[in-house]
Amino acid sequence: MTASLLEARNVGKTFGALIAAADINFRLGKGARHALIGPNGAGKTTFINLLTGVLTPTSGQVLLNGEDITAVAQAERVKRGIARTFQINRLFRGLSVLENVYIPVAEQLGAAPSMFKPAGMRKDVIEAAMALLEMLKLQDDAGHRISELPYGRQRLVEIAIALGLAPKVLLLDEPAAGVPSAESHIILDAIARLPKEIGVLIIEHDMDLVFRFAERITVLVGGRIFAEGTPKEIAANPDVRAVYLGQATHGSHHG
Amino acid sequence: MSATDISMSPAVRDFAHRHRLRWWEPLPWIVAIGFFFLFPRHLGIGTEILVTILFALSLDLVLGYAGIVTLGHAAFFGLGAYAVGMLAHHGIWSEPLSGLVIAAVVAGIFGLVSGLILLRTTGLTLLMLTLCMMLLLEEAANLGQTWTGGYDGLPTVPIDPILGRFAFNPLIPDVQYIYILCVLFVGFIVVRTIVYSPFGESLTGIRENTLRMHAVGAPVRKRLVICYTISGAIAGVAGALWAQSNAYVNMSTFSLDRAATVLIIIVLGGYGRLYGAFIGAVAYMALSHYLAKIYPTAWQLGLGILLVCIAMFARNGILGMFDSLVARLRGKRVGP
Repeated sequence: MTASLLEARNVGKTFGALIAAADINFRLGKGARHALIGPNGAGKTTFINLLTGVLTPTSGQVLLNGEDITAVAQAERVKRGIARTFQINRLFRGLSVLENVYIPVAEQLGAAPSMFKPAGMRKDVIEAAMALLEMLKLQDDAGHRISELPYGRQRLVEIAIALGLAPKVLLLDEPAAGVPSAESHIILDAIARLPKEIGVLIIEHDMDLVFRFAERITVLVGGRIFAEGTPKEIAANPDVRAVYLGQATHGSHHG
Repeated sequence: MSATDISMSPAVRDFAHRHRLRWWEPLPWIVAIGFFFLFPRHLGIGTEILVTILFALSLDLVLGYAGIVTLGHAAFFGLGAYAVGMLAHHGIWSEPLSGLVIAAVVAGIFGLVSGLILLRTTGLTLLMLTLCMMLLLEEAANLGQTWTGGYDGLPTVPIDPILGRFAFNPLIPDVQYIYILCVLFVGFIVVRTIVYSPFGESLTGIRENTLRMHAVGAPVRKRLVICYTISGAIAGVAGALWAQSNAYVNMSTFSLDRAATVLIIIVLGGYGRLYGAFIGAVAYMALSHYLAKIYPTAWQLGLGILLVCIAMFARNGILGMFDSLVARLRGKRVGP
């Protein structure tokens, strides 16, 4: 296995009597394409929250590049290269698409605290933001407000904001959630074009997307790792099929 | 794609140019100067409107841009007024310009300290706490009789001539008017520079989605406290101007009435748009001034009806209404 970029060691999280995560050991390598799947309530989003520092684990450690970041706050983890998207859009709805991406890029380039120079004169920030929008084929929407965009494109902005932070690790929480099937290909395309060097962990229910995207899959059930392996191994694993894939109406043909 | 291609995109051009002066931006200042020459007998209400515009601008920065909901902004106004008033009344310091700086520092420090505590909260809690903070100050002004004059306030606030040359005229406030207009201009430039800066952009980000700002690693509370401090300092200057031009200070500077009025003004004019402060202050104060003349008994009814209409039909205030009208005429979208 390659040197791990992001690692969880024996991570556990309890809320009172509820065990949301237990004894999770997980490694994400540089440039990895990893999927996290599991039935509803399996603790997938909790796990993302533990990795990003929104939640502190009850036990275990989170490491970035081998360094223990368990006690490091969310904002600092972002600076060190962990970015995420949300299952439900968290966009700057009243602002334009360009501004939505300008904000994270300005944070990343250290421009955001500046009060004297107009935002429009930070060419470096604007160019980086536009380059990102072009990568996601959003450049023609740059001047539009979020509320004017179809939902699929709003989901792309969700990804663009995270990418604006120039992350080393990108955690995608159900990027295609709620996107009508007619539009879902634009999410797939965008994910396929993500910079190679970023380690990507994706939570997704859409098995088409998972099997097309992932090099490794981790199955989470009841807050514990149930199985892990290549897509082929996972699809062929009878226990996984029983617990998870059997419930899905689509995707079984991949096996 | 190269940089030249990017700068040709209309969205980029709009964004890169949005801080530039637009053709209509000198208008308020021309009107203000015109008012000075055309209505010398109304300079009293004129100075009051100018002070209120500056106060409303400071509120627009926290409420309209950063989304901090406060019902206690008169705390800063009163602090500035009392700072200048007490120093002058007790014969310690009566130079006006440095008095403004003192007021800004006092109100700014209060903004910093109270902001560090209050801005941990949001929404209704924040609304209540800002209100409490202001009422505590009001009560302090009431109790500290030896210094503040207690319930009656300070009846005299002697002020030196501006720059040692231009003395305030108690009968016709022409010097006061020009002085306040100049200070307002400086205050406006400060606020305008901030809102179009990357810092201002991050404040709008906090207003639009605080949780996402945390997720992009922005030091949200620090930004809010800085914004609150600057806004407090500007509100303090507005209060100091009020004390200087009226030559007295009383507890009304700390009152809920004042805090609510400035809130109404910014909602009426349109928040988060800089010029909402101008339009709102002029509309509210002119209307209340003249309605009170025409209907001395029921003038507040007129204001009430206007506010209900704004709340129901024009959520973005008078300027917002104007924007959507322009947008409709041009058949395209216009930014906030």
